[in-house]
Amino acid sequence: MSDFIHNFWSVYITAITLGGIFACALLLWATSRKKVAASADNTTGHVWDEDLREMNNPLPLWWVGLFILTILFSFAYFYFYPGLGTAAGSYGWTSSGQYQQEVAKANEALKPLYAKYDGRPPEDLAKDPKAMAIGERLFMNHCAQCHGSDARGSKGFPNLTDADWLYGGTPDKIKETLTQGRMGVMPPMAAAVGTPDDVKNVAHYVLSLSGSPHDSLRASLGKSKFGACAACHGNDGKGNQAMGAPNLTDKIWLHGWGEETIVSMVNNGKTNQMPAQKDRLTESQIHVLTGYVWSLSNR
Amino acid sequence: MSEDPLRKTIPIQPVTADGEMVSLYAASKKIYPRTVQGLFARWRWGFVFLTQLVFYGLPWIEWGQRQAVLFDLGARRFYVFGLVLYPQDFIYLTGLLVISALALFLFTAVAGRLWCGYACPQTVYSEVFMWIERKVEGDRSARMRLDEADFSLEKLVKKWYKHILWIGLSIWTGFTFVGYFTPIRDLGLAFFTTQMGSWEVFWVFFYGFATYGNAGFMREQVCMYMCPYARFQSAMFDHDTLIVTYDPQRGEPRGARARKADPKAMGLGDCVDCTLCVQVCPTGIDIRNGLQYECIGCGACIDVCDTVMDKLGYARGLVKYTTQNAIDHQWTSQQTWRRVLRPRVLIYSAILLSLCVGLLVSLGLRQTLKVDVIRDRASLARITEYGTIENIYRFQFMNATEEIQRYRVRVSGLEGIEVRDLPEVEVGPAESRGVVVHADIPYGSASAGSHKILFAIESIDGRSSIQEKSVFLVPR
Repeated sequence: MSDFIHNFWSVYITAITLGGIFACALLLWATSRKKVAASADNTTGHVWDEDLREMNNPLPLWWVGLFILTILFSFAYFYFYPGLGTAAGSYGWTSSGQYQQEVAKANEALKPLYAKYDGRPPEDLAKDPKAMAIGERLFMNHCAQCHGSDARGSKGFPNLTDADWLYGGTPDKIKETLTQGRMGVMPPMAAAVGTPDDVKNVAHYVLSLSGSPHDSLRASLGKSKFGACAACHGNDGKGNQAMGAPNLTDKIWLHGWGEETIVSMVNNGKTNQMPAQKDRLTESQIHVLTGYVWSLSNR
Repeated sequence: MSEDPLRKTIPIQPVTADGEMVSLYAASKKIYPRTVQGLFARWRWGFVFLTQLVFYGLPWIEWGQRQAVLFDLGARRFYVFGLVLYPQDFIYLTGLLVISALALFLFTAVAGRLWCGYACPQTVYSEVFMWIERKVEGDRSARMRLDEADFSLEKLVKKWYKHILWIGLSIWTGFTFVGYFTPIRDLGLAFFTTQMGSWEVFWVFFYGFATYGNAGFMREQVCMYMCPYARFQSAMFDHDTLIVTYDPQRGEPRGARARKADPKAMGLGDCVDCTLCVQVCPTGIDIRNGLQYECIGCGACIDVCDTVMDKLGYARGLVKYTTQNAIDHQWTSQQTWRRVLRPRVLIYSAILLSLCVGLLVSLGLRQTLKVDVIRDRASLARITEYGTIENIYRFQFMNATEEIQRYRVRVSGLEGIEVRDLPEVEVGPAESRGVVVHADIPYGSASAGSHKILFAIESIDGRSSIQEKSVFLVPR
């Protein structure tokens, strides 16, 4: 796809490029036909500052030969590679294409390295120090930016070393999370809950579920309004791993603790995404990474 | 003359129309340097042996389990005998290059193009290739005759033999060059079992081809047209630089004469116009025209003129190493040599000496441990279940020794700050390893904001110890 808004520019560039090369060739041809008078002392004849003269030696023919070679090379180059406006060149080379090729080549080279880990279950890989070293490096390069170098996460990014899982912590579920990614959506529920006061009450009820400090009166008032939440979080508030709805009875607060945070969650909802790795990592790499992530919470 | 002394008319001499018409381009004429023996020839050959002994010999020296001099680009480790250098140590290469440049300025200021005439690979390899050419095709006249002769079996055989020897030496040179980057013994084995990597093959032949082309064919064309050094050398000379010059006051007017004749009586100078100085010159110039940029300062003309002077019983040194001032002022040898230690030379020497000492001291005092500390950006700070505020760091340990090392990490800079859960870090020989480090402070012990802290990393045996600054963030 051309970045130019009009075909004129492509033609313009082609004309200048080819014109320039032709001009060089013409210059070479014209000067090689030119003859000059040689002076007796091989100088140009001018004298500066009483005794400074300029020699007038001919340029060596090997230099001319190299020049001709560069001209021929440029024609060959423009036939094979892009450069003349929007012409793609007969190789169809693009920098993104080259990148794809390099990635494919690198993955091919890595295949034998990963082959020995491919068939083994992730629990097995967790015991293999070499596999874990590879997993650690993969983690540092691809996961640590969000989940932290020690995998303990931060606000909004889950702690992978604990036993708490939004979508399930079995090796299969972890692999699924890595491959497909996750999109956790909590819709704004304020309308379903009721008035702002109702929302506050529900927040205190939620706090009471985990044994956190709360206002008991508000909590008992909020219990009846929790029905709107139970659809995803369950009647007991223990969450639903099929939907990625968090367990509200534990002490893990991914998006922050406290009444204000919970109220704002109910009012505004929350979307949290784990990017899919299937287009960035090969299956073998995801397999080793699964073993590593599983090992973090199963030491 | 009624001329304003501040204005000068420069006469323009028009080119006479009776000069022949020549093209702007011309094939370069092949130069057949004549064989020469003498002091400077011995020096030149001495340097050929010295430089090539080092170049061809160094990759074969072993140091323990590995090659002594190896630049492992793939693993990014550069081994020079006992030293293990990382890319982070490139400052030493910079230092070496600065020292090389200064050394060049120094000896060029003293004695002109010493590099060109004695040490430059172009000169050295051309000398070796010309030696091979002489051995196969004969001396100057024999070579000229062979080139002009018609095609014959003898000519074919000699030319082929010469080129095969040249190509063989070129490939050996290319192979040696690649042997600095891939262990040369393994490279040799790979060559004979046809297991050499494609890039290795490419570089062996590329460098070999460059050697073959430059030393076999281009020779003085490199010095005359390609090398920038030839052009800016003259900028480094001054009137006290020793250069190869012809003494016109002694030599002119030149002319042939009988051996026993008295030149002064004939009104002739010492130069007999034998043109041997032109015949031995590898760049094909006539030194009697004075200092020229093509002159590489090899001293062949000095050697050959001295032999002629000896034969005629005249004093040596009609062509000799001398300075412009010595010629202008007719100085004695002693006066000339006293000017060698002039301010410019002394200043260069002083700077060069201090830089050399500086580089050696710096290398000697170098810590064989490097650590890069990178604070985790994604998590600003963390409140842990132990009631502490925690920051996470990635440490990259770079072990520049060839033994396994164990390191301890300590931190200071905030009250109560400590490294959590990190007993010892083990790093393999010449290994670079990443480790995650936690620094904790008691909750509420520091104000909100950014605090400067200091990590102290020490090897268990106490031999290396470094400090790295970092930052600890306490959230509001």
